[in-house]
Amino acid sequence: MDKTFTVSIFTENTIGMLNRITIIFTRRHLNIDSITASETEVKNVHRYTIVLRTSREQIDKVIGQIEKLIDVLKAFVHEDDEVVHQEIALYKIKTTHLKSNNVEQIIRENSAKILTVEPDFIIIEKTGHKAETKALFEKLKPFGILEFARSGRVAVTKPMKELSTYLKELELN
Amino acid sequence: METTVLTVKTTGSDAVIRSLKAEGVTTIFGYPGGAIMPIYDALFHHLEEVNHILVRHEQGAIHAAQGYARSSGKTGVVFSTSGPGATNLITGLADALIDSTPVVCITGQVASHLLGTDAFQESDVMGITMPVTKWNCQVTKAKDIAPTLTKAFYIASSGRPGPVLVDITKDAQFEAIDFHYEKCNSVRSYQSKPKLKLEQVQEAASLLNVAKKPLMLVGQGVMLSSAENELLTFAEKTGIPVASTLLGLGAFPANNPLFVGMVGMHGNFAPNVKTNECDVLLAIGMRFDDRVTGDVTRYARQAKVIHIDIDAAEINKIIKVDAPILADAKEALSVLTNLTENRTHSKWLNEFHQAKKEELQVLSTNRKKYFPDELRMDLVIDLLSQKTNGNAVVVTDVGQHQMMTAQFYQYNQTKSNVTSGGLGTMGFALPAAVGAKIANPEKQVVAIIGDGGFQMTLQELGTMMQNNIGVKIIILNNGYLGMVRQWQQLFFEKRYSFTDIQSPDFVALAASYNIKGQKVERLEDLNKALDKFLNTENAYLLEVKVSREDNVFPMVPTGASVAEIRMQ
Repeated sequence: MDKTFTVSIFTENTIGMLNRITIIFTRRHLNIDSITASETEVKNVHRYTIVLRTSREQIDKVIGQIEKLIDVLKAFVHEDDEVVHQEIALYKIKTTHLKSNNVEQIIRENSAKILTVEPDFIIIEKTGHKAETKALFEKLKPFGILEFARSGRVAVTKPMKELSTYLKELELN
Repeated sequence: METTVLTVKTTGSDAVIRSLKAEGVTTIFGYPGGAIMPIYDALFHHLEEVNHILVRHEQGAIHAAQGYARSSGKTGVVFSTSGPGATNLITGLADALIDSTPVVCITGQVASHLLGTDAFQESDVMGITMPVTKWNCQVTKAKDIAPTLTKAFYIASSGRPGPVLVDITKDAQFEAIDFHYEKCNSVRSYQSKPKLKLEQVQEAASLLNVAKKPLMLVGQGVMLSSAENELLTFAEKTGIPVASTLLGLGAFPANNPLFVGMVGMHGNFAPNVKTNECDVLLAIGMRFDDRVTGDVTRYARQAKVIHIDIDAAEINKIIKVDAPILADAKEALSVLTNLTENRTHSKWLNEFHQAKKEELQVLSTNRKKYFPDELRMDLVIDLLSQKTNGNAVVVTDVGQHQMMTAQFYQYNQTKSNVTSGGLGTMGFALPAAVGAKIANPEKQVVAIIGDGGFQMTLQELGTMMQNNIGVKIIILNNGYLGMVRQWQQLFFEKRYSFTDIQSPDFVALAASYNIKGQKVERLEDLNKALDKFLNTENAYLLEVKVSREDNVFPMVPTGASVAEIRMQ
């Protein structure tokens, strides 16, 4: 049965890591829903967060093959209840809509905020789960959304073991 | 071998050669070209210590390096230029990756300021080779050459070995540097040798100690970890019958009474059928390839499966394992030997030997019926095996002749079986045999090749001629791409779509390369011809015209269970 998995991959900071990782998914004909890359709290260690829907059996094999990559330090796979995750979405609508009480109310009710007000347009920002940013999209849609962008998921795991502990273990081996 | 050397003022290209020397490299297979010229120029100054074999095509270079590595355990080294030179390596890289062969390829690349500009002979070598290498790295600064190369050798040869490619831009080759060499023996993010967990071995031992019908399945991993002696000791102590995968042949002597043959699509009858009868299946250094398992949903379901492998990603990849042992085979086997009891399984073992006799009887009877008095592949291999006492290094290509050789050659020596298993690369054998002969100048190296595969890389006869390489070549010529024709006969109602293949006069072709040879067309001439073939000091080409429509049996058809193996 397919489920949503959050894959967290910690790697050395080398050129081409993203490609090395994604070809493992491509080879198994797996479609990635979202991907983000960033630095971590440890210098020169990078983190990739990949979200996709697949089966547990398939994702376990993928993780094995990702961990086999020479420059991968550690890879984890989590289900949604094991991570705290967030996405950010930006919405651009015409400034004239601000005059409508509805828009102000929608922003309040959704705990969104206005980032900038220009003569022609405003930018609204909403962070949350995908369902939440999507809900806001639906509510703003009647006003005409000029532009919309949503980030991939960023996630931290609930288990307490720190990355630095894993790194120490790797160095001891 | 030098671990560190004094700092020397030199160039990037010279640093390449000095690094190779520090790694103990004595042979390089390669082909020069624009982007690697500075390295070839540096090589010119070190020819007393490093031997370079000029091949006729870069694919030949990498297959030669693979043959060298597979038959010696050392890492094979390849030089090639940028663009087409590098892309010609791809098949060999993929082959070396799937068959776990340590190879380091050094490719020249356009100058770093030209990267990504579609410059002459520029290709995205990093992108192209990423999926077919264990690791690859592009070097654009001379100072990075030595550290990258030592890391490359460490990664290629340790853990589950594999091919590594280092792409060096031309400006880095020209750049002046202070060279010094510090040997790499660890990489933080790469665990080459997993720590053996004693409890895993204990669990396996407790299964084996009560097993009534245990079966062992050994792969190339035994040879890669130099565990041949540990395997022999373990097998003789526990009395477990030993079956082998295609690449595992040679890991356990074929003339040992515990050896019961090969598993897989064209493996022997008993080890296949009894995979589905045994109560404990102990797999060592193998990866349950689909050619081994047949239908996985009907594979060894009744058995407790123990799997020893150094590659964590192989555990539970294909077969759900009851007792995994993530470890180097040598270490695991020696601990396992201590924890298992002295036992024999004579009745069980005898069933294998009995079945083998019957199998050979049936195959021989059928062949005599369909091909009376004809020269057949199995007869050639059987006689070759007898005449060499199963001690030659035998290199095969891909197809019917390969499976016939696996079935009828009695591999008694480790690292004596060089073949393209996982990738099934036609054209592999001739260049691989060149590499194997260079690694084993004192041994008889025999390349057995079909008429189709031979024509894929026959240009390497030129390499043999120029370097006086004494490879013995047997071409089993049936005028067909035989294995595909066999499938067309069995599964496509004899529609022989483009499998009838014509060949040149192979003996005349060899003669044009100054290689002696002869053609045998009659059964009664085989014996004498093989003697001449084996007793000739230098290279020799023996073309044998064999039965056109002989088939390889036993056979587990695609999608069938190993228990449904066919004898005809």
